[in-house]
Amino acid sequence: MFLGLYNYWIVVVLMMIGFYIIIAHGNLVKKIVGLNIFQTSVFIFYISVSNIDGGTAPILAEGFNQYSNPLPHVLILTAIVVGIATTALGLALAMRIKEAYGSIEEEEIQQRVNREC
Amino acid sequence: MDSVIEFSSALCLLIGSFLCLSGGVGILRFPDFYTRMHAVGVTDTLGAAMILIGLMLLRPENLVLFKLIMILLMTLFINPTASHALARAALHSGLLPLLHRKDKNIGAES
Amino acid sequence: MVLLGFLVCIAIAIVRLKDLFAVVMLSGIYGLLSASFFVTLDAVDVAFTEAAVGAGIATLLMLVTVTMTGRYEHSAHHNSIWALAVVLVTGVLLIYGTLDMPYFGSVDAPAQLHVAPRYINNSMQEIGVPNIVTSVLASYRGYDTLGEVVVIFTAGVGVLALLSAVHRPEKDDGIVSVNVSMHEKYLILRVVTKILIPFILLFALYVQFHGDYGPGGGFQAGVIFAAAIILYSMLFGMSTARRVISQPLIQLLSAIGVLVYGSVGVVSILNGGNFLDYNLLSDDPVAGQHLGILLVELGIGCTVTSVMVIIFFNFAGRTEDHMRNERKSA
Repeated sequence: MFLGLYNYWIVVVLMMIGFYIIIAHGNLVKKIVGLNIFQTSVFIFYISVSNIDGGTAPILAEGFNQYSNPLPHVLILTAIVVGIATTALGLALAMRIKEAYGSIEEEEIQQRVNREC
Repeated sequence: MDSVIEFSSALCLLIGSFLCLSGGVGILRFPDFYTRMHAVGVTDTLGAAMILIGLMLLRPENLVLFKLIMILLMTLFINPTASHALARAALHSGLLPLLHRKDKNIGAES
Repeated sequence: MVLLGFLVCIAIAIVRLKDLFAVVMLSGIYGLLSASFFVTLDAVDVAFTEAAVGAGIATLLMLVTVTMTGRYEHSAHHNSIWALAVVLVTGVLLIYGTLDMPYFGSVDAPAQLHVAPRYINNSMQEIGVPNIVTSVLASYRGYDTLGEVVVIFTAGVGVLALLSAVHRPEKDDGIVSVNVSMHEKYLILRVVTKILIPFILLFALYVQFHGDYGPGGGFQAGVIFAAAIILYSMLFGMSTARRVISQPLIQLLSAIGVLVYGSVGVVSILNGGNFLDYNLLSDDPVAGQHLGILLVELGIGCTVTSVMVIIFFNFAGRTEDHMRNERKSA
């Protein structure tokens, strides 16, 4: 059973590592990197679901009649591009937070906001 | 004739993989950033070129052969340039090359 | 399996490192390794996009951000044992959830049986394009792709709203003197870049129009185009790059991409059919599909290129202003 499902378990491990980075580290840029790791593990999951033993890439060609499932490929293509868009926005926000609050560590920002209030 | 070409293609692929592997060993064993850069820059370029030549000898169709030649040309251009850029960036930010090995015996004698 | 093991090692290293520069480089390697993993799983289009976007543009943008926000991470003062406990519990629950799944690669999994064979079997007659992923992306599920292009456009608008500063136009002498003094310093890089940029642009055009027959399409081509422009602006200075590609032009191009996509749909409505129904764009339905896919991919390529360039110019412009202010105050 391990041989049949090891892909999914490694995906869960990667997902949990990304999750841990997001909730346990205070630096905003590191959180965004953790989010990226999380996203990529979800992509690996979908592409593993779409793989067929003995199939080939979903481009019609002579001599092949077993193709991998193209629908998750389309989904993940969209997801990758949307992921980079949100990462770029997140990084822009981090830069602005640094300019406005002087630091991108969660705790220091929290202290500064508490002092100002 | 065919088996000679197949044999030489296999030989090229093996040499290419060995070169890439030795570049990796070089990163771990060399003492300084610049020497590591030198190790990887040289061996990775030749390793990639050998692997591509090995693939070209397998006689693929015309379009794939043309693409492989283009990739080879680009790799020969880009790899050394990237190594140069990295080394220049390191020099610019103040990392000095290690010019002589620190001698352990001198400290023990005096 | 070896690739997945490497991915886990890199992820653990990213957790443990405090040097953000190394973390960004490792995440670039992570993107490249997952792209090669996708190739071994026969997902060539996805691998192309992940290599271009995840290993290229994401690493670049994160590097520019780290330049501005500081290189080292401060260590956390709170106890992270609760986070570890939550993560472990969630992980165990998820693994328990995967125990019911069909084995990896099985031919009769439910995911492969119901919807996919219809697309694989009918794609050639209805659309006539060998790359099934392109035909599904641009024609069968074209509405989703329209939403995606608008999301990219919105991200560009968001970055503009957050980061665009007013740039005082440099005097022309300033640019010439900067270029001359920098020329010796970066001579090798500049010469090689000048030789390579036409080939990069040509490759981007090839990927754009060859997306019907092999892996490729609008997204990958847009990212490669943007990479060529970003390479030029990195080596020749932001002021020179802004003279070559002015900000209003790029903003206009990003909007034009979305509008081209939308207008293809509107033309279909005007011809009496549904939104984004390409069969009505020409007398022969298959030719109509080809024309529709071509125009739509062009729109996608335009928008992706211009948004990536907008994002990079704004990031780098902000960093430049920051460095200039620091130099003035120091």
